[in-house]
Order: sequence, then C-alpha cells, then structure tokens
Amino acid sequence: MKQQLFEIQSNEQIAKSVYRMQLGGDTTGILPGQFVNIRVQGQFLRRPISVCNITDGILTIIYKVVGVGTEAMSHLPIGTQLDVLTVLGNGYDLSKAGDAPLLVGGGVGVPPMYMLARQLREAGKKVRVILGFNTKDEVFYEEEFRALGCDVTVTTVDGSHGVKGFVTNALDGQQSYYYTCGPLPMIKALIQAAGTHGEVSMEERMGCGFGACMGCTIQTTKGPKRVCKEGPVFAASELLL
Amino acid sequence: MNRLEIILSGKALSNPIIPASGTYGFGDEFAELYDINCLGGISFKGTTREARYGNPLPRIAECGNYGMINAVGLQNPGVEHVIAHELPRLKSHYNGAIIANVSGFSIEEYVETCAMLDKEPIDILEVNISCPNVHNGGMAFGTSPEAAAEVTAAVKAVTTKPVYMKLSPNVTDIVAIAKACEAAGADGLCLINTVLGMRIDIRRRKPVIANRYGGYSGSGIFPLALRMVNQVARATSLPIIGCGGVSSAEDVIEMMMAGATAVEIGAANLTNPMVAKEIVDRLPALMEELKIEKLTDIIGIVNHE
Repeated sequence: MKQQLFEIQSNEQIAKSVYRMQLGGDTTGILPGQFVNIRVQGQFLRRPISVCNITDGILTIIYKVVGVGTEAMSHLPIGTQLDVLTVLGNGYDLSKAGDAPLLVGGGVGVPPMYMLARQLREAGKKVRVILGFNTKDEVFYEEEFRALGCDVTVTTVDGSHGVKGFVTNALDGQQSYYYTCGPLPMIKALIQAAGTHGEVSMEERMGCGFGACMGCTIQTTKGPKRVCKEGPVFAASELLL
Repeated sequence: MNRLEIILSGKALSNPIIPASGTYGFGDEFAELYDINCLGGISFKGTTREARYGNPLPRIAECGNYGMINAVGLQNPGVEHVIAHELPRLKSHYNGAIIANVSGFSIEEYVETCAMLDKEPIDILEVNISCPNVHNGGMAFGTSPEAAAEVTAAVKAVTTKPVYMKLSPNVTDIVAIAKACEAAGADGLCLINTVLGMRIDIRRRKPVIANRYGGYSGSGIFPLALRMVNQVARATSLPIIGCGGVSSAEDVIEMMMAGATAVEIGAANLTNPMVAKEIVDRLPALMEELKIEKLTDIIGIVNHE
C-alpha cells in the first residue's frame, strides 16, 4: 500500500452515469486488477475504484455515480488534489492466461479489463473481450479495446447495441483461460457456462480497503478472505457463490 | 525526560497513543507505511477462544462526514492461532506495549482465552464486554453491573496481567458498570466501544447492514465518549484508556484532560492510515503551544477543584 497525492487532469462523462478520471501522480507498483481508495471531501470512508490503466504517471479510473460519494467525485474540477491509497489488492495472475485468454467485463466491471488486455496484448496473446451492458447508452470503451488489437464483442440486454442478451450469449468455448469482473449474477452465469478455469474480481462494501477492518471478508473454499487484501481477484474455483 | 511518557499499571508507554482493537489488525498493513514503534501501544484485533468468520455482508455503512457503522462481529482466527502466529510476528518487530483484546460468549470462554494469554508476551488484557455486534455475548456482559463484575472477577482469578475492562456506551449508567468492575478487581478501564446505530438504504428500503444494526464510530461520537470518560474518571480511581472518535492530537489532549491516562485511536485509522503516527508527531508542538510540560500533568485536570 502507498498513500499518495494525485492531481485531477481530466474528469469527463463517457456513458450514462459513467465518468473517466485521469489522475497525475506516482503510479509505480500498480498492477492490473488492483484498485485505489480515494478520499472524497464530506465522506468518512474512502471510495474504492478499480484501476483502468496506468501510463507514465497517469492513473485512469472509470467510475459510475451510484451515491453521494461518487456524485461528489463527478463534480471535482481539474487541478483538484486527491489523497489516494494505491497498490491495493492482489491483481490478476497473467501467467495463467494461456495463448487465447477471454476477458469478460460487465458494466463498471469493464475498466479493470483494460489494463489487463493491454498487458496481455503486449505479451503477444490473442485476446478476446466480451463487454456486457444493459443498453446502448451505457456502452463505453468498445473502440479502446479494439485499438489494443482485441477481438471485441459487446452485448446489451435490450439488444440496442451489439449482440442481444447477456455476456454468456457471446461465449464460444475457445478460451484458454478467463478473467472477469462484473455484477454477481453475471459472474455466477459465467462460471456456470464457462467453468472455473479462470479468475474473478469481486466487489464488496469496504471499510478501510487495505486489510485492517475485516469489513469485506468473504467465505471461500480456502477459508475467510478479505476482498480488499487477499482479493479482489479470486480463482473462480475457490468462490462460494 | 520523555514528556510524552505515561504509565499504565506499572508499564511505561513512550506516549499515550494506542490504535484501538479492530481498526489495526496486528499492525501489518500500517507497518508498510511507517515504523509502528512510534506508538505507545497496540491493542490487537479482538480475539475469541474459537475462530470466527463474523456477520454476513454487508457489514460496513458510511455515515457521512462523521463516521461509519461496522457489524464485523469479531472475525478472528481464534486465540490459539493468534498465540502461534500473529503475536510472535507482532512481537518480532514491535517493542511497545501490547494490549490483548479478548471477547467471549460465556464466562468460561473469557476465562479460557485470558488464561491462555497469561503466559504470552502481552502487557495488558483488555476484556471486551461491549461488542454490539454479537448475540448472546459481548455487550450482554457489559450492560449490567453484576455481569460485568462477574467477568472481571473470573478473569482476574486466572491471570497475572493487568485487566482492563472495555465498556459499552449502550447503557443507562456507565458509572455503575465502571464501579462494579473496580469493586471486582479490575486494574483499569477502557471506554467507549462503538455506539449501536443504524442506516437505511432509502432506495432499496432496507437496512444497509445485513445484521440490521452495527457499531457507530468516528469523530461523531467523540463528545459522547469524552463525557463518559469524564464521568467515570470522577467516580472511580482506576486508570482509563479513553477511546471514541479521537482523530487529532487536540482530541488526545481533551481526552486526557477529561481523565484518560492513554488514548486509543479507532475508526480514524481506517480512513487515514497515517493518523496515529501523525498524532504522535504533532503532540510535542501542541504541548508547547498549550504550555504542557509533560502529559501526565494534564490527566483529569478538569476534575481538580
């Protein structure tokens, strides 16, 4: 864990209720699948947000406005200094990817897939990406994943964009391994359809976000584990869903 | 002379700052950020006889500017694991006072756990009779003077360590409980634990916390904690570890002036992991400003008339 000051360089809406924030500061040590924990004025607890990407001292996060904390974040102007805890959680294990990994992101579970996809592409992998949303207005980052050279399929529940239905409607069973992040019903459906040869990023309401309060502990096949510390990424086979 | 030094039951602490149980684990996460040897003591994660997972999720709720609610429910690996793993690791890199926070669901359980810790390198036993997040235990022992006295006497009978009873604010008369603990042989008191609270998700029309209620902590409870510390300090002669909403060096001075000998920092550790060290670093300048020669001079100073 590191505690750093970051400066907001951009903070813009990219889809319905979804914002992208770019923060300048020390990004060293941050791994794909980790998260940062941001102090927001007027709120007691920090807001944990997954890492979308890091490049040369710029941390990119994508967040959805779901309550007063994220609402306040969406109004923060460029130049604002933020107190951020970084290098939190374990991150994805890239060594397990195989030749043709599948990345599945649902809603605001999409952002952590981006840095992972970039690193897997840099390692020469053939990367297939399935991005699931409810409707066209919520879709983001389809082109960004294509620009990395990924084979991208977008699904929408109402069929207003891409394949109609859920991420599981776009599975072809050809993946060597999968990585996923998204809402719990999606994760359950994916594990049911694609098996447990993959890893899952979990989300829970957190207190501290760095392992001290035991607020976010889940039960796994290997005993209790803190989502913020031993997670947020777990082997699909160890989850009790 | 160390102007920050205080003494708890014969044990000298380099300063009065102690992270509160349940907000600091065994210090590992914080040791990544700073040398935890700057702390006078550490009250480690509440330990029970058997391992516990705790309550269902969600067990954390936001409370705006002033605090949070937790209903963790004493998740811990059990006292045997703590003795075999956590305690030796903490002891290997921390030289300050180690306070063992113990909880139970029956008198026998408190007794067994405390007896096992008696042979271990800990300085104080902090007996939690005030956890609001477990049924049939915890707070049940801290809400009646008779039960509080019974736990105190039973634990005292099996240990040579100083016994500090951690008291609940969720009572009508905390002074009666404190006096009962004192009469039963307690060496000190720690107060307050969290205040029973609730939040509702107005969109889902449901309690935020799966367990419905939880313990409210954070700066919002500081005035309440301060009042209770002061009431107890005026009614008993036991040393008090003041706890509840402390988040600055100014709060520490206020707690000590109310009657606390040492001060625990709780929820503030969770939002600013550097806060305990920042308070220790700030104290000398603040003492200078307030013309405090040494901290022991101000303990309970508002009660001296």
